[in-house]
Amino acid sequence: MTAFRILALAGVAALAATLPVRAATIEVTISKFAFSPAEITAKPGDVIEWTNKDAFAHTATAKDKSFDVSVPANGKGTLTVPDKAGAFDYFCRFHPMMKGKLTVAK
Amino acid sequence: MLKSRLAGLVALLLVAAPAAVSAADKPTDPQIAHIAYTAGLIDIKAAQLALKISKNADVRAFAENMIADHTTVNDQALALVKKLGVTPEDNDTSKAIVKQTDEAQAKLATLTGAEFDKAYAANELAYHQMVNNALRDTLIPSASNAELKALLETGLKIFEGHQEHADMLVKMLK
Repeated sequence: MTAFRILALAGVAALAATLPVRAATIEVTISKFAFSPAEITAKPGDVIEWTNKDAFAHTATAKDKSFDVSVPANGKGTLTVPDKAGAFDYFCRFHPMMKGKLTVAK
Repeated sequence: MLKSRLAGLVALLLVAAPAAVSAADKPTDPQIAHIAYTAGLIDIKAAQLALKISKNADVRAFAENMIADHTTVNDQALALVKKLGVTPEDNDTSKAIVKQTDEAQAKLATLTGAEFDKAYAANELAYHQMVNNALRDTLIPSASNAELKALLETGLKIFEGHQEHADMLVKMLK
């Protein structure tokens, strides 16, 4: 009985270890020409989803040009976080005073 | 030569236009709607001119954005006045802005290349400063309808962004 339980537990643990870590979806809202939250932290493989509540098209564009996501008016834009640790300042190409920051931590 | 031309354009906008805006004391809502809509159209026209003349990618991107944003704001304004049953009313302020900016744009249209780009950017900076001051000091405080006031406030926030963007463009082209 006890041995069986332990075996079962070990099985579950082994299975869990082989499964990839579930990617998280991190949501950022764009409203009235601002990213909220303005600063986010994510892991490689996570998905950032920008939801634009403005009637104006925006973008989420990395200062170093490593990503450039278009977020249409009243629409969404997504980015799969690249496998590169670091802090990425980003802005809206159309409204450069809109600023955000994505920190990628492995 | 270029400097004096630029200075001339900017001076024209800075001096003449605000005087025109503040000349009308406390405009009515139909007049405010007309002034705001007209101001948007003027900037769209300037942007169309920029797209015709400029070959600079930053200038063109800025101009495209001006067309997109001002078209959206003006569409919202049209929808609102329709909903409110307000007919925008032409007035001396609108007329003065049109006259002065027509002159400024006619001068702009004679320029090409880097000369045009710099003048357009300087013009946009001055124009947005003028419009934003008018919104802040005259149009928003005078608006009596709450929805019109809210739209003007949203507009101001967007145009303050344009002003910063124009400022960046001016510095970039130096």
